[in-house]
Amino acid sequence: MRLEGLGLGYRYRNGPWLFRDVHLSLASGEIVGLFGPSGSGKTTLGRILAGYEHPLIGSVRVDGMLYPIRGYHPVQMVFQHPERAVNPRWRIGRILQESMLLEDSLEHHNWTATRVLDLLGIMREWLDRRPAELSGGELQRVCIARALAPSTRFLIADEMTTMLDAISQAQVWQVVLDVARARQIGVLVISHDRHLLNRVCDRVIEWPVGVGGLPVHETS
Amino acid sequence: MEFDIGLYSYRNRNGGHDEKESCANYRLGGVAMMPVLEVRQLAICFTEYTSGLQQQQIQVIEGLDLTVDRGKITAVIGASGSGKSLLAHAILGILPEHAEMSGTILYEGKPLDARKQLALRGKEIVLIPQSVEYLDPTMRAGCQVRYAAGGKRREAADKQRQAFERYHLGTHVERLYPFELSGGMARRVLNAAATVKGAAKLIIADEPTPGLPQQDVQEALQQLRAMADDGCAVLLITHDIEAALVVADQVAVFYAGMAVEVACREDFVGDGHLLRHPYTKALWRALPQNGFEPIPGVQPQPGERPIGCLFAARCAIATELCNMARPGVSSIRGGIVRCIHAT
Repeated sequence: MRLEGLGLGYRYRNGPWLFRDVHLSLASGEIVGLFGPSGSGKTTLGRILAGYEHPLIGSVRVDGMLYPIRGYHPVQMVFQHPERAVNPRWRIGRILQESMLLEDSLEHHNWTATRVLDLLGIMREWLDRRPAELSGGELQRVCIARALAPSTRFLIADEMTTMLDAISQAQVWQVVLDVARARQIGVLVISHDRHLLNRVCDRVIEWPVGVGGLPVHETS
Repeated sequence: MEFDIGLYSYRNRNGGHDEKESCANYRLGGVAMMPVLEVRQLAICFTEYTSGLQQQQIQVIEGLDLTVDRGKITAVIGASGSGKSLLAHAILGILPEHAEMSGTILYEGKPLDARKQLALRGKEIVLIPQSVEYLDPTMRAGCQVRYAAGGKRREAADKQRQAFERYHLGTHVERLYPFELSGGMARRVLNAAATVKGAAKLIIADEPTPGLPQQDVQEALQQLRAMADDGCAVLLITHDIEAALVVADQVAVFYAGMAVEVACREDFVGDGHLLRHPYTKALWRALPQNGFEPIPGVQPQPGERPIGCLFAARCAIATELCNMARPGVSSIRGGIVRCIHAT
């Protein structure tokens, strides 16, 4: 499977182009980093690839299929701020249920829900709590578990571990990389931490410094 | 920036202080200068209702010792929930009402009590908050800094101009609203507001770096360094070890509300063999540039704290003895550590 961004371009209203002519391709099981300064549109590109926004020019395809996609979206995203990525009124169990992670009928993979939850260190008693009762780090683990549901094919990790301490960061990445390898999930890692990208990614894409219409250059 | 958040009362018991553990014994470098801030045997617990009228005491910080010297940057690093921010709140005297504090906080050798905190907060003891969200969104940047300066209108304006000049903020920035500031500019406005009175002696910077681009991170840290070089004592609270190591003179590592190690910046090299506590070593080795090896488990939850060493459950070198009692403080190679196996 392949997630492709073809000639993507985006801008707000009549403002300057955030980016233009961006070609990007992500294969199954491939882990690709996206490095660049903040405010340059990395997150917007991630949102476009995950189907949250529509590009003004260009298109996104998953396995040749054009967006929008019906049903469970094969491209899932994990955001930087978990407290803004969940419904504060839902209990954790329901939040995880939404991605069908906890549905028994779908547990035909090696990576069953229990295993993902255990690896990410999600306690069973959290399932009855509400998001406000968990710390930021704990909630981020929940968001990652939700994104790693059985039908996920591509994961977009937007500054996923920026707010975690070093040990939690290493723990979380170990799980995500194990799951990604075992299930051949393609991961796009958006980060400003070069050390992290060099450590986890197969190749790193440099976001151009002078934004506005430049194509994305690839380095490895 | 508004520091008069209201004065919460808490009980300050002077008990529990062990003379042997006086900070003078294990201050780094051993310079006989009075530290600006000295925290001794600080403990904070919260009283919570469990069900009905049943109350429960939850310990969040215990046995915490720390000194901050003039002209030095002391970084406090640790995972979220390790009590870093609570320490800052305790120093500023803005703990919530149901918190109970014991131990002593000495400011320039004298106990820092509620009255003193009220008098010094925002003047000699200043907080540099985390993000632009601490600025009033409906007030122009210059106006906020003038407000922080206080006093007569013209004097406040003069002070604000000087502060802006110090942080290389153009005069046009005065007229900008917080949403118009970039991340780096917002930081400089916050710094300007914190130091505008010019009397700051102790600066507490709470997570000044996350979410900023690399360039702004460096700038924010260099500004802290400059403040320290001007003679302030700086307490830098962060979970970003890399950032802390750029400027800090000494690093205190917190784990579950306890300072497990106080090390010099130079100890963080190579595979971490100069570090003393197993948690610090694990933290250092979990960085993406040094191995990226996580250790299993999580920090003990408040309310489920073991009797023995707090880190024993995740520690590779833990023995029976570790689970018996909290390890005491020992001084090794110019640093302080709370581990019976530390070498």
